[in-house]
Amino acid sequence: MARFVIRRLLAAVGVLIAISVVTFLIFQAIPNGDPAQRIGGRTANAAELALIRHEWGFDKPIYVQYIKTMGKILSGTVVSYSQNLNVLDQIRQGLPATLSLAIGAGIIWLGLGILFGVITAVRAGRFADRALTVLAFIGVSSPPFFLGALAIYYVGYKANIIPLGGYSSLSHPWSWFKHLIAPWLVLSVLFIGIYSRVLRSTILDIQHEDYVRTARAKGLSERQVMVRHILRNSLIPIISLWGLDFAQVIGGGAILTESVFNLHGVGQFAAQSIQRLDVPPVLVITMLTAFFVVLLGALVDVIYAFLDPRIRLSG
Amino acid sequence: MAVGGSTGTELSAGVPAELLVEAAELPAGIGPYRLAWRRLSRNHGALFFGVIFLVIVVLCLLAPVYSSDIAHTGPNDNHITEQIKIGGKLTYVVSTIGLPIGPTWHSKFFLGADPNGRDIAVRLLYGGRNSLEVGAVATLITIVLAAIIGIAAGYFRGWTDGLLMRALDVIWAFPVYILGVALGVSLAISGIGPLRGNSLMVPAFVIGVVFVPYVAKPIRGQVLGLREREFIDAARVQGLSHVRIMASEIFPNIASTIIVFIPLMLANSILLEAGLSYLGAGVQPPNPSWGTMIADGVANIPAAIHLVLVPGIMLVIAVLSINVFGDGVRDALDPRAKVRIAR
Repeated sequence: MARFVIRRLLAAVGVLIAISVVTFLIFQAIPNGDPAQRIGGRTANAAELALIRHEWGFDKPIYVQYIKTMGKILSGTVVSYSQNLNVLDQIRQGLPATLSLAIGAGIIWLGLGILFGVITAVRAGRFADRALTVLAFIGVSSPPFFLGALAIYYVGYKANIIPLGGYSSLSHPWSWFKHLIAPWLVLSVLFIGIYSRVLRSTILDIQHEDYVRTARAKGLSERQVMVRHILRNSLIPIISLWGLDFAQVIGGGAILTESVFNLHGVGQFAAQSIQRLDVPPVLVITMLTAFFVVLLGALVDVIYAFLDPRIRLSG
Repeated sequence: MAVGGSTGTELSAGVPAELLVEAAELPAGIGPYRLAWRRLSRNHGALFFGVIFLVIVVLCLLAPVYSSDIAHTGPNDNHITEQIKIGGKLTYVVSTIGLPIGPTWHSKFFLGADPNGRDIAVRLLYGGRNSLEVGAVATLITIVLAAIIGIAAGYFRGWTDGLLMRALDVIWAFPVYILGVALGVSLAISGIGPLRGNSLMVPAFVIGVVFVPYVAKPIRGQVLGLREREFIDAARVQGLSHVRIMASEIFPNIASTIIVFIPLMLANSILLEAGLSYLGAGVQPPNPSWGTMIADGVANIPAAIHLVLVPGIMLVIAVLSINVFGDGVRDALDPRAKVRIAR
């Protein structure tokens, strides 16, 4: 068991290093994307550019630049090219919005995903199943920025129920809620669609297992069979999906939702930095997200191995 | 996370009753694809949406005809200062305060104009052509790369497998949109080799690469199971080369998995293209695509909601019809498959 955990964690660290290298190379590989030009602005002359290049170390070989940047990130002193502000401070500013979005939406999509999944499985083939299946298909086919735009126009501008975007701090709870309710729902729609479909098919599979028949045979009520025996086992894939999706959203993966609602979260900061070709913030945010994804992925694997010896022995 | 992996070794154990009934009434020896086709042709809902998607494809391919014979304007032609006659009354295409005209339901500006005075219906069809083209090429790239990587990793195992899977882990651990936007923005500036940065093939390439792990991993899982089967041993004993075994023994056995993934990836590629274009990292203006058109519309809220509604509804209908049809194809090919609706 200990060997399995250590090996899994070492692989996770390797993936993180590889991700930082890839992100760094994506931006360094741009021929006409000279970072010195971006720092110096349009008016900088050749001598000034050379000075900037020297100061920031852009004249050094690429692996030296990479190691230096990584050193700055790990020591928390990394600054962005375009604004010359500390990147970690800027991310910290975006964190309340992103955390609020992720936690609220995470609860909504897990809860409604399970609820709709159970309803569609129990009523398989009947009206409720058909109606929710149609909704699930529409959900997975709708881009969040389209839904967000509709919400802003019809619920915000026309009906004047929600604000037209932006984030309001938790110190005013009602305002916070009004700013976030639409982003929560818009972000959740896609995941509710996916989760309810996955849960429905898992439940329908498990219903034919021997232990479910045994549970029915020993006289448990249909509700007890569903909750204690079927649902408990069907939830395993849902929980692992949730862990990974939640990790992505927390690390700024909800770029589209954050952008359309102008939440000023980590994801929107990432999008803006990418458009400015500003390497350090993008590097830090990708590593942050990847860190959450890899960490939760490793955690899920370890929990699985703990629960199911077959994985541990074959891995 | 290995999805799939059901190799079909176990027989009647978990087969749903209706499939057993179906098997009983069919003549012996009918091939799996004929069987799948029979099932699909009975699934009227899936066929209906398949037809809708075909209609959308044909309409988009006819964009030049619509543009030259009906609307008499191109996708990038400005009519910002012009007036048109509606109900006998002259109206500005874009009003003096910058409000574009809404749907006229006439041959000109059938679905209205955008703030640059461009015909939305024409742009919708040309944009659809671009969105579908990007989606199709991206799907092709994903499927081909994933099949090669998945088969090689599963067949050779050992360090080949380790190396390929770690490489996929790296792509997989990236947030889809951050990787897509980062690649899209940097390649839109530099281009890829001979391709210019504003080429449609740049977002197609980016999207194709981003989705490879989602397809390659299930394929690898299936190949790992297949390579232990007797017919592979038989092929090896006959002295067939590795490439030959992979191409003529393993590939036909995973073909149905690949077919199931094609509509799924097409739908997701079109959605990702829209997302990347919305963030400025996909199809580059003035070239239209459904994503760029929605982005233009979002920038004009609340002045002209039809700029969001027209391309948005079109996009949702197109992706929805692919998804429903794809679901039908999956049910027909392997009713017990557990392919997840990926993002």
